[in-house]
Amino acid sequence: MVYFEIQLIAVVVVAACAIPGTFLILRQMSMMTDAISHTVLLGIVLAFFVTHDLGSPLLIAGAALMGLFTVYFTEVLNRTKQMSEDSAIGIVFPFLFSIAILLISMLAKNVHLDTRCVLLGELIFAPSQRLVVDGADLGPRALYTMGFILLLNIGFVVIFFKELKLTTFDENLAVALGFSPVIMHYALMSIVSITAVGAFEAVGSVLVIAFMIGPAATAYLLTKDIKKLLILSVLIGAANAIAGFWLAMWIDVSISGMMAVVTGLSFGLVFVFGKDNGLVAIARRRRQQAKEFADLTMLFHIFRHENSPRAEIENGIATISKHLNWKETKIEARAADLIGRGFLVKENKKLILTEAGQSFLALSRSKERAHGFHFRNLLRKIAFVPTHLTSLKKTVPRNVGKLSV
Amino acid sequence: MNVFSDYTTQIVALGAMLLGISAGMLGSFVVLKKEALVGDAISHSALPGICLAFMAFGAKDTNLFLFGAVAAGLLSIFVVKTVVKYSKIKFDSALAIILSSFFGLGLVLMTYIQRIPNSNQAGMEKFIFGQASTMLKREVYELLAVGVVLIILIILFWKELKLYVFNPEYADSLGFSTRKISFLLSAMTVLAVVAGLQTVGVILMSAMLVSPAVGARQWTDRLSIMVLLAGIFGGLSGLIGTLISSSVRNMPTGPAIVLVLSIFVLISLVFAPNRGLLWRQIRHYQNVKSIGRDKVLMNLYYLSRQHENEHAHAIEAICMSCDKKIEKQYRQILEKLVEMGYAAQAQKDCYVITTEGRNHLTENGLIKEANYGLL
Repeated sequence: MVYFEIQLIAVVVVAACAIPGTFLILRQMSMMTDAISHTVLLGIVLAFFVTHDLGSPLLIAGAALMGLFTVYFTEVLNRTKQMSEDSAIGIVFPFLFSIAILLISMLAKNVHLDTRCVLLGELIFAPSQRLVVDGADLGPRALYTMGFILLLNIGFVVIFFKELKLTTFDENLAVALGFSPVIMHYALMSIVSITAVGAFEAVGSVLVIAFMIGPAATAYLLTKDIKKLLILSVLIGAANAIAGFWLAMWIDVSISGMMAVVTGLSFGLVFVFGKDNGLVAIARRRRQQAKEFADLTMLFHIFRHENSPRAEIENGIATISKHLNWKETKIEARAADLIGRGFLVKENKKLILTEAGQSFLALSRSKERAHGFHFRNLLRKIAFVPTHLTSLKKTVPRNVGKLSV
Repeated sequence: MNVFSDYTTQIVALGAMLLGISAGMLGSFVVLKKEALVGDAISHSALPGICLAFMAFGAKDTNLFLFGAVAAGLLSIFVVKTVVKYSKIKFDSALAIILSSFFGLGLVLMTYIQRIPNSNQAGMEKFIFGQASTMLKREVYELLAVGVVLIILIILFWKELKLYVFNPEYADSLGFSTRKISFLLSAMTVLAVVAGLQTVGVILMSAMLVSPAVGARQWTDRLSIMVLLAGIFGGLSGLIGTLISSSVRNMPTGPAIVLVLSIFVLISLVFAPNRGLLWRQIRHYQNVKSIGRDKVLMNLYYLSRQHENEHAHAIEAICMSCDKKIEKQYRQILEKLVEMGYAAQAQKDCYVITTEGRNHLTENGLIKEANYGLL
């Protein structure tokens, strides 16, 4: 039962975090979560000095306000145009955080305000605080607070979807249409702040950053559609949370830590093995393109010199290698491949185009035209070769060999 | 004051000062490259490295911890840069992901270590929250060594770093390997951050890197002066912060240093000549005034052109209004113009433009020709 509750809380937290996180990524403000999740400590400390009660809900309110103040403070520094935005963040949050540490260690030494617990957090304790109404146990308190925040976030995004989208992607257009990016900015940051505070009470500040940015960034690698992005990030986050939980149980280590690790790992997996934009896919695509380009280049070279008097010399493997500046092994490999595909035949060291090879070349030429790409024009631009030299006549002047391919 | 004669304080102050100098100097490059938060990511990412070093060697030898931290820090930067290069993920998101997952790994490893019986992890805790007050003489030597190495590297590769920071494309086109320079800068940053972890802790280390540089940036437009100033700001804050924290009871050193740093930044932001907020406000005010004066002078000029023989005009004619408030403003401006020699007062409340005033308008391109007269 406790296991189930922990997972449930984690999934609710991750869903609540991933929604504003998506917009943070798109607005390139990810590190703001780092700043907010640290400065809320000052809000908690200040609110504590007012209430002198660690269980007071004012602490949460103070923390959320401090999150908003962090955003405002950063914005003020940023607006002086004397530093870049990341520098502003880098100044503001250590400043507020050190004030918090100073206050705690100088004035509240006897109070049990454990900075370690605040910062590192531990999910395992989350179900121990119950919501009890009339003596009836209704479940963990964190579940209710985070559930409420989740509903708030969903409501916010659904109601202001158009405005959020507009101000995120085209601020100038938003202003021109009469929407205020500033109001949307602070509204979103209030949501982020409230979510961060609620979440970090349940799971600790490190996990807040991981939950907000990780799933959204992973989903961002997979899709370009903002609605899909939102849904996908929630799903990925939930999967991360559950996988992290069971891994942590299995090795018996910190649950929050393990969830953060799994979040990082899932991002890494998509980054490396993603279907279209993963590292592997990019490498494979580049290799494929290099191969196709080499094939075409070689076929064109042979085509050019085929019926010229020097064809015997030009179309020998050694000469092609010299003129194209490729290694002979590469030429041989390509030639073998092209012979295998039936485009070329080899006659005592000379390569000759077959019918299939010629029609393949003609096809690729028409394809180039269809794409508005003219090999000859390009060549002319680069090498200043006169038009008549680059035209693909069957009889080519002798001096062209080195100029054109 | 016994603060200055206290041996521990001397050691800590010296260490904090050294750290401030090296972090500040290096931070200049990092801030100018707009990668200010890299320090934050490195300091968080160092944790799993420390834990792994602890697990591998078990010893309490901090040098091995440092080694693990440097390796993990370098790895984290490498991953961040790879992600940014090969995907549409932006720098800030990449930082946030790497930071949180590395730190998460650190937590996992820490809880794992806690379960190993007889493992003394006192040395490790120090890295996360920083404890300047327990600094040993040996650690000061370490900080000194790191500082000297960093300064030598900065001097040796000054040209390369400068090029890389301001114009990486140009550096590339000149044949410098930006990849190597970028690696050098990352390695130096990692070294500085890891060296500082024990003193100010994971979270406050990024301020040691960013704040002195941002403060120094306000005072100058020259890189050499900025780096020097950042070093001085960092060093001074280290020194002052330590002294304050040791003279006030229960005051931790790291936050005290950061507070002093923030005060330096604030002073720089407001009072620095040219870029400072105060100066900008003053300049703005001066501009408004001089434009106002020129406007009145133009009125005088056009009035003078309307008549063949030039004569003074009453203030009502000059300001074209009978509002007493505006008239008063005009009178003040006209008096100032008389004082500057651009206008002359014929009788009470009657003014005329002088040749000097006409020349002034011509010099500023407000009127075409110095010779006036009816066309």
